[in-house]
Amino acid sequence: MNFTKRAGAAALALSMVGILAACAGGARADAAPSIWTVGGGSEPMVRASLIDWNESNPDKYIEHEVIANDVFKERIRIALGSDTPPTIFHNWSGGPLREYVENNQVVDISAAAADLIDRVIPSVAANGIIDGNVYAVPYVQAAPVMFFYNREVFDAAGVSPPTTFTELLEAVDALQDVGVIPISLAAGSRWPLLMWIQYLSDRIGGPEVFNAVLDGEEGAWSHPAMVEALTRIQELVDRGAFGDAFGSVMADQQADTALVANGNAAMILQGAWAFPNMLGSSPEFVESGYLGWFAFPEVEGGVGDVRNVVGNPSDFLSVSAASTPEEIEVAEAFIAQNVLNDDRIEDLLSIGAIPPIQGIRDRIVGRPHDDFMLWKYDLVLNAPHFQLSWDQALDGARAQALLDNLSQLFLSQITPQDFATTMDALQ
Amino acid sequence: MSTATTVGPARTRRADRPARRQDGPTPLMAVPALAFFGFFAIVPLFGVLALSFMSWDGLGDMTFAGLDNWQRTLANPTTHNAMRLTLMVTVATWLIQTPISLLLGVFMAGHQKYRALLGVLYFLPLLFSATAVAIAFRALLDPNFGMGQALGLPFLAQDWIGRPDLALYVVLFVIAWIFVPFHSLLYQGGARQIPASMYEAATLDGAGRVKQFFHITLPQLKYTIITSSTLMIVGSLTYFDLVFVLTGGGPGFATRILPLDMYLTGFRAHDMGGAAVSGVILITVGLTVAILLNRLSGAHKMESQMEGI
Repeated sequence: MNFTKRAGAAALALSMVGILAACAGGARADAAPSIWTVGGGSEPMVRASLIDWNESNPDKYIEHEVIANDVFKERIRIALGSDTPPTIFHNWSGGPLREYVENNQVVDISAAAADLIDRVIPSVAANGIIDGNVYAVPYVQAAPVMFFYNREVFDAAGVSPPTTFTELLEAVDALQDVGVIPISLAAGSRWPLLMWIQYLSDRIGGPEVFNAVLDGEEGAWSHPAMVEALTRIQELVDRGAFGDAFGSVMADQQADTALVANGNAAMILQGAWAFPNMLGSSPEFVESGYLGWFAFPEVEGGVGDVRNVVGNPSDFLSVSAASTPEEIEVAEAFIAQNVLNDDRIEDLLSIGAIPPIQGIRDRIVGRPHDDFMLWKYDLVLNAPHFQLSWDQALDGARAQALLDNLSQLFLSQITPQDFATTMDALQ
Repeated sequence: MSTATTVGPARTRRADRPARRQDGPTPLMAVPALAFFGFFAIVPLFGVLALSFMSWDGLGDMTFAGLDNWQRTLANPTTHNAMRLTLMVTVATWLIQTPISLLLGVFMAGHQKYRALLGVLYFLPLLFSATAVAIAFRALLDPNFGMGQALGLPFLAQDWIGRPDLALYVVLFVIAWIFVPFHSLLYQGGARQIPASMYEAATLDGAGRVKQFFHITLPQLKYTIITSSTLMIVGSLTYFDLVFVLTGGGPGFATRILPLDMYLTGFRAHDMGGAAVSGVILITVGLTVAILLNRLSGAHKMESQMEGI
């Protein structure tokens, strides 16, 4: 009896401590401006840049929190929805940024970001600008999507990098004949499927096809170019371009790039991050020069510019409107002085990443793997249009439906027409 | 002796209020637990119910939507599919796990040394987090790098979680792999409660092992079966982490069970109202099944099975 009583009191005391601690935590967060960024590739660079900032600006201290990539979208949405957002936060621009602007949850940072925006490659900067005002600025590398291929496998099959869709189909046949998976595809992760519809619809009909979707036009998914792109995808699937076991391949464990590196598959359509990934997991494959790359081929009869790219133009930072004027002042100083400044550009270049900044060609030459870096830099620099991943560009409801339906299309469970009809119903 | 009897009543008299006549600690001690339960379980429950009549994207203002969410969600083929899958998972889970757990549990109840050792091994899966198990199975079942390749067995190199017709069976298998140890443990405990004298009597009467199992073990485990089934059935209504990590609901909609559909609707498609409808349905079904199971089986009376012993 005595013991249980004491245990009960202890539990009560513990719960009080917990509540007090929670209150104290909240109070601490209010005292300093804060920044949320995502974990992953550029995390060490971003961490170092915040430490650097806080050391040189003790009066403008910013509390830094890194949040895992997969849960970030949910976390920031809950924080914004409950009016407890950090001062500065990471986002991918696109549909969510548009929603933040419509709900007056982010502030216009045009003045503070003016110099930065002048230096950024315009097709990248455009993603953070809504109605002529800057609401988000890029702060890490540009990551265009491209083909990577295994030179050894291509040589064995007598195939050279295709420049047209027909050549791609021929390459698929030739590669199947030598018994490899022509194209590695991480359908289990679903988002790599987007790259195919994005590039094909752009090559066939130009960026206007998807812009109509973004603008919410009736029947935008039934656009002939969209339906043709969907049909081409099923043509590739039916030909066995992705092998017969692509459904469970996952990109987050890099199984898709591993297939190319070990020669089970010949090529892969992936983001620029696949290069450092393969360099890390199969250094001998990359260092010996067996890894090649090429841009998405043109589609005969298509009207899209072959220089257009898709992918992640960059990651962006926005300032929340729920911040105090003092916090906004610190945030604007951070954006004007720290984001993609000379040191940050150097940081990115030193890890082989491409900052989305104009006129840095000379600074790339002479670095390790500068052939790939220069090619990637020119790809971004010369692109008239840099299409943000559709799942980021669209609002949540349509992005989710897009991934669901695309997954079914690749599994041949629905036809291109079914896809268009279902998606049009959500417009 | 005499001192003891005088001290006893004196103490009772000092605190002579009717409530103190009961044994055990004062009901006040339940207050912290009740407060936590009320704040973190009951209040959100009503919150979800209210949310199911609201339209909210998680960012902007909530607006009253009336029965809109209910009509939309109940007419949605994706929700129908999710409900059908959840029902299938629930029934299949029970059918697969009950016999296995029952037999394993009864087997482990024996006091032989090797059985104790096996019992420890069987118990291991229960210690792993569902997320870790899902990641491990995803790697093992990978057609390109998984055990099919490692062991050189082409049969195992199927596109297990990439084919719509296979993925659900994989999910059922992994769920069973995780939860059979827990239910075996329940049955082991139950079987050890059965008095040895019953078996001795049955042996004297000439009953064999099989007869003993069906006429003594099984009836004696009645309440354990009810407990285990309730946990299994209500548990199948809430499987989330495992399926989320293992298949993400895919390929297509092949493993998108209702709890997963609720999460994806709410936190990915930002339709909090629609997700709340699924939540209310899950809670209602779960509670109803649990109560029905309890009533129908007569377990709420919890009468003794040991009469005459």
